[in-house]
Amino acid sequence: MTTMTTMTTYTNNTNNPTGTERGGLDIKTFLDQDERKDLLRILTAGSVDDGKSTLIGRLMFDSKLIYEDQLAALERDSKRVGHAGEDIDYALLLDGLKAEREQGITIDVAYRYFSTNKRKFIIADCPGHEQYTRNMVTGASTANLAIILIDATKGVITQTRRHTYLVSLLGIKHVVLAVNKMDLVEFDQEVFNHICNDYRSFITQLNIPDVEFIPLSALKGDNVVEVSEKMHWYHGKSMLEFLETVHVSSDRNFEDFRYPVQYVNRPDRDFRGFAAKVASGIIKKGDPVMVLPSKKTSSVKSIVSYDGEIEKAFPPQSVTLTLKDEIDISRGEMIVHPDNLPHIERHFEAMLVWMDEKPMDSKTQFYIKHNTNTTKARIDYIRYKVDVNTLQKSEIERFELNEIGRVALTTVKPIFFDPYVKNRNTGSFVLIDPVSHNTCAVGMIIDKLDRENLATKYSPQELRDKIDKGQCLITTEERQKRYNQKGATIWITGLHGSGKNELAYLLEKELFELGANVVLLDGSTVRSGLSRELDFSPADRAEHLRRVAHIARILNDQEIITICSFVSPDENIRRQVAEIIGKERFVNVYMDATLEFSMKKKPELYKLAIEGKVDDLPGINSTYQKPENPDIVCNPEENGKNPVNIIDYLNREKIFPLQ
Amino acid sequence: MLNKNTNSYSLSHLKELEAEAIHIIREVAAEFENPVMLYSIGKDSSVMARLAEKAFYPGKVPFPLMHIDSKWKFREMIEFRDTYAKEKNWDLIVHYNKEGFESGVGPFTHGSKVHTDIMKTQALLAGLNKYKFDAAFGGARRDEEKSRAKERIFSFRDKFHQWDPKNQRPELWDIYNAKIHKGESIRVFPISNWTELDVWQYIRLEKIPIVPLYYAKERPMVNIDGTWIMADDDRMPKELRDRAEMKMVRFRTLGCYPLTGAVESSATTIEEIVEEMMTVTVSERTTRVIDFDQEASMEQKKREGYF
Repeated sequence: MTTMTTMTTYTNNTNNPTGTERGGLDIKTFLDQDERKDLLRILTAGSVDDGKSTLIGRLMFDSKLIYEDQLAALERDSKRVGHAGEDIDYALLLDGLKAEREQGITIDVAYRYFSTNKRKFIIADCPGHEQYTRNMVTGASTANLAIILIDATKGVITQTRRHTYLVSLLGIKHVVLAVNKMDLVEFDQEVFNHICNDYRSFITQLNIPDVEFIPLSALKGDNVVEVSEKMHWYHGKSMLEFLETVHVSSDRNFEDFRYPVQYVNRPDRDFRGFAAKVASGIIKKGDPVMVLPSKKTSSVKSIVSYDGEIEKAFPPQSVTLTLKDEIDISRGEMIVHPDNLPHIERHFEAMLVWMDEKPMDSKTQFYIKHNTNTTKARIDYIRYKVDVNTLQKSEIERFELNEIGRVALTTVKPIFFDPYVKNRNTGSFVLIDPVSHNTCAVGMIIDKLDRENLATKYSPQELRDKIDKGQCLITTEERQKRYNQKGATIWITGLHGSGKNELAYLLEKELFELGANVVLLDGSTVRSGLSRELDFSPADRAEHLRRVAHIARILNDQEIITICSFVSPDENIRRQVAEIIGKERFVNVYMDATLEFSMKKKPELYKLAIEGKVDDLPGINSTYQKPENPDIVCNPEENGKNPVNIIDYLNREKIFPLQ
Repeated sequence: MLNKNTNSYSLSHLKELEAEAIHIIREVAAEFENPVMLYSIGKDSSVMARLAEKAFYPGKVPFPLMHIDSKWKFREMIEFRDTYAKEKNWDLIVHYNKEGFESGVGPFTHGSKVHTDIMKTQALLAGLNKYKFDAAFGGARRDEEKSRAKERIFSFRDKFHQWDPKNQRPELWDIYNAKIHKGESIRVFPISNWTELDVWQYIRLEKIPIVPLYYAKERPMVNIDGTWIMADDDRMPKELRDRAEMKMVRFRTLGCYPLTGAVESSATTIEEIVEEMMTVTVSERTTRVIDFDQEASMEQKKREGYF
């Protein structure tokens, strides 16, 4: 079944030393067949305990591409640090570095190679623990297919979910769930079915188009290379058979031609070639093309390669294009079909995986490498972090090693991209730390940033005009969205000593706790500075309140909630205040306290007024007019200290919170 | 070379590996100021050099080849090197450890460990420093040896050219991080994902010339501790040379002749070599004596800056 089986059979025939024709297969035939094989890149996910290394070891061993001396070395190693008793420990074939071998675990991504007579395979062998999330993400980035191992005795566990999420995040379209250690559960179909059902219900929320389930025993070899005798109820393929036949070439994007220019080849004045790997789509000689970002157009004169001119090129070929017109194109620019453009944007959202030991610092300007384009980028904000075990989203300030989340980014130069789900090559990027030069994060672009989430953008002319006219560059909507509130003034009126300030202060505190942006204005703060020269005469009171009203208006214009605590005894003045602020955002609260109650609160002040030592004290020697239609009435003896009815009101009127 | 078995937009594994390697080579030429291709004259180097020629066709390859000459290479290797570089119009730098050479360092007198350290590792580091190369291509493959399986394609080296297996840069998709500080460098392995069979297959399909030592021929061989060593020149001690016998052998890897064991073989074509390779009981590197020097020796050498 495998290459080596075939070859061994053939070379055992020693009667024909010339090596030309034996049993219908000679070496030339073999090499000709070998040359036509395609390549399948596999990710294996699971821990040592799941038998992952044993499975890979057996796939490779049974494919006979492990040479005899490697086996001899293996037997020697097994005696020293092996974990499999007297049997050959297949896992030892795989653990490369000395220190890691001692710990008995695979730490980095290790690449393995084997082939059968149908296909060549590259396995990215990834460690399974959560602290190696970045390693798995690395291995997954180039894989066509993932084998996720499950221990049949344990079923779908947290690790299974984590691995599956990462596989879907990295856009792997084919998953094989290898339910291993079936020998330990008596090859029971029920156990297998139960695990498959569990897994199916989990993956409905993830985007994986092709999932296959195979029950096996890596240790005993059941369903690894040959279909097992011990599981007659299983009618599918063995693992190797499946890997040999799964169809993956159509996974590539052949629709959208993207050619990120890598190198400009100018050996002499007559030749100007643009070398690149076709990221996606198909290009043919004569096709019209457009160059980004200049949007200049031309057409393909020739597709040059060392092996001669070719008629068409497709991913992942590395070729060289020449164009009919002389256009100046540099590395980092992109050649596309004029009727099929990628996004050309500086703002976009992406899923980011933090790869660096050093946590993210939101102030950093990173290098971003996207295709062949390198520019600078900053992370504007983190929308949420995804818990890789539970898929729960939460808010965080910064990423630490192995954390994953959705972010908004802004680049210095526009980049030419497609969403990662549509195009793995033009939807991926890495962030490089500007100081250490480490690759500190990797990203998969979700899409350009929705306009509504963006700060409004103005052309330079619009900017000048607006500033000249003294117009804000920030819109009402932007502010309201940012603060999650609308500007309004809560105007609390009532006698001296009625308990206005107590209510105002408690309200301010409560709103602040709830996340509102709130400013408090009261008599003593305003009179100590802004209205310092004014006294309590009706005229000066009117001027004082006019000033307060304008402050409140400015704050409300900027969508700040303002609490004003003023006696403001005159209904006419209150009406003028409401007009200045805007009636629709003027919330009138009347502190309905009796004169007796108020006098008890401020006995000295009222005593002075009664004795005539203080003029114009409302209720004593000037009038206090009750508001005609207050929005809210508070009684200090009942609910005066309780701002809850005001907060209910703001809530009801959708002032705060807005959403 | 489209794969006829699937749809017409599918590449054979070799064409896919070739495209990947060309992409890597171009990326280095575009991102680094002063790259170099380390050329060992072996079959992997020959494949890598061809890939570079392909990457920049019809232009000339924009970086030189550098051979670190230990002064103990097979004579046929040196002849091949000079002819090849001339025919293909390569800029060829040959660097050797002059001090070591003049004081007579060699495997027969100093042992393989000292010789390899002085004439190969030290010479390589001095050569890289002398020309201030910031990127150096190597023809290593991940299937050759365990510690290589985990190494990146762009393998970061500090000021002392050292590799730290615990502190490698993440490498995803086909995006390679080429940012380095002054004095640091990157070793680049464009054929990381090729297997030995892929290399032979490619040599066969592309008709890439290789040193004739890879093919079986009657050669004067001395059996030293069970390894067949060729009496390539008279620096081999006379008492050993006197034991030489003509044997039909070929070499699976090439290096310093006193450190490179031959295998008995009758394979005179690539097809026959592949046939032997697929059935023979010894994998490639075991004929290279240096690997036996110490436990995990390749990993140790890589940490010190040797490939």
